[in-house]
Amino acid sequence: MLATLLIVFREIFEAGLIVGIVLAATKGVPARGIWIGFGTIAGVAGACVVAAFAGEIGQLFQGSGQELFNATVLMIAVVMLAWHNIWMASHGREIAQDMKRIGAEVAAGDRPLFALAVVCGLAVLREGSEVVLFLYGVLTAGGTSLPSMALGGALGVLAGMAVSALMYRGLLAIPARYLFRVTSGLITLLAAGLAAQAVAFLQQAGYNDTLTFTAWDTSWLLPEDSVVGRLLHTLIGYTDRPSAAQLVVYVLTVAVILGLMGGQRTRMLRTAPSPAVTSRS
Amino acid sequence: MTLPRLLSASLLVLTVTVAGAQLVAAESGISVTIKDHKFTPAEIHVPAGKPAVLTIKNEDGSVEEFDSSALKIEKVIAGGGEGSVRLRPLDPGRYPFMGEYHADTAQGVVIAE
Repeated sequence: MLATLLIVFREIFEAGLIVGIVLAATKGVPARGIWIGFGTIAGVAGACVVAAFAGEIGQLFQGSGQELFNATVLMIAVVMLAWHNIWMASHGREIAQDMKRIGAEVAAGDRPLFALAVVCGLAVLREGSEVVLFLYGVLTAGGTSLPSMALGGALGVLAGMAVSALMYRGLLAIPARYLFRVTSGLITLLAAGLAAQAVAFLQQAGYNDTLTFTAWDTSWLLPEDSVVGRLLHTLIGYTDRPSAAQLVVYVLTVAVILGLMGGQRTRMLRTAPSPAVTSRS
Repeated sequence: MTLPRLLSASLLVLTVTVAGAQLVAAESGISVTIKDHKFTPAEIHVPAGKPAVLTIKNEDGSVEEFDSSALKIEKVIAGGGEGSVRLRPLDPGRYPFMGEYHADTAQGVVIAE
């Protein structure tokens, strides 16, 4: 039971952290519950499909289907997160002004919720498919009694959601005027971490042979398998032994997102007197 | 930057990466078998500084995930199936791995020397 609880908890927690950040980043947006709820449910459904076809996916691309699938899912999430941040950079000012003028509800409605719903869906899909595979494996193998497994799984889900909710509450404790800056920063690092993870999958499948040497080794200081290590791994992509390629991609992702955000902001400032022109970019 | 442009740029990067990549070449291949949720051999020796290909065969009926944060490998192996992963050139040292779904018994280590 304990093993089931731990595995389910870990996966739910990893997906839950991402959903928590997204929820914090969309605080005050009216329709966010529907979008993110729908994304999450679609993620659960997707997880079941992926788990059911795990063998078939793995056979694709000379046995590298699983790695390419994971890398693709991760990269889509990276693009969606980047897009959200860039959009916020160009519209954040408007939103802040409108908030003062007419209240948050109307102004904040036009956020790229679609992108963030996709991010939540993909996070749930990736982690959830591992849970489904695991539970299915336990079921078919027999041995462990079903009730104890069900109990472990249920407790794992609850514990994972509880910790994610705590983290969401923690983010909301940040004063409103800093909140979006913090969530933008978190989303940038989250995206960079996911991009670095995608590199690891490509490396594992043999698609990348360059810069495979280890950039540093902090496994003695903060092992990735420890609680804090896992937390940081999920949040900002911490890895105790990153390859140089991962490091390069991480830094590049941060640089590109910040660069595009900065570019949007300058453009907004330049055209600030006529907000009608800049409503969409 | 609009979403379509961002998407197509990323797709281009991904395509170039995949197209320009080499598939797993015929390097020193190592086999490891999962049976009764245990690895055989549980201790794998590889030369340090050289890439290697690890083929994992799952002789159990249930699915297993070969997992190692040290090796940066995560691979689901279906029951009765097998899968290959590429190990990057490793510095000398010990790199533990496990079967995530049966971590109490499925433990092993890669030793690079």
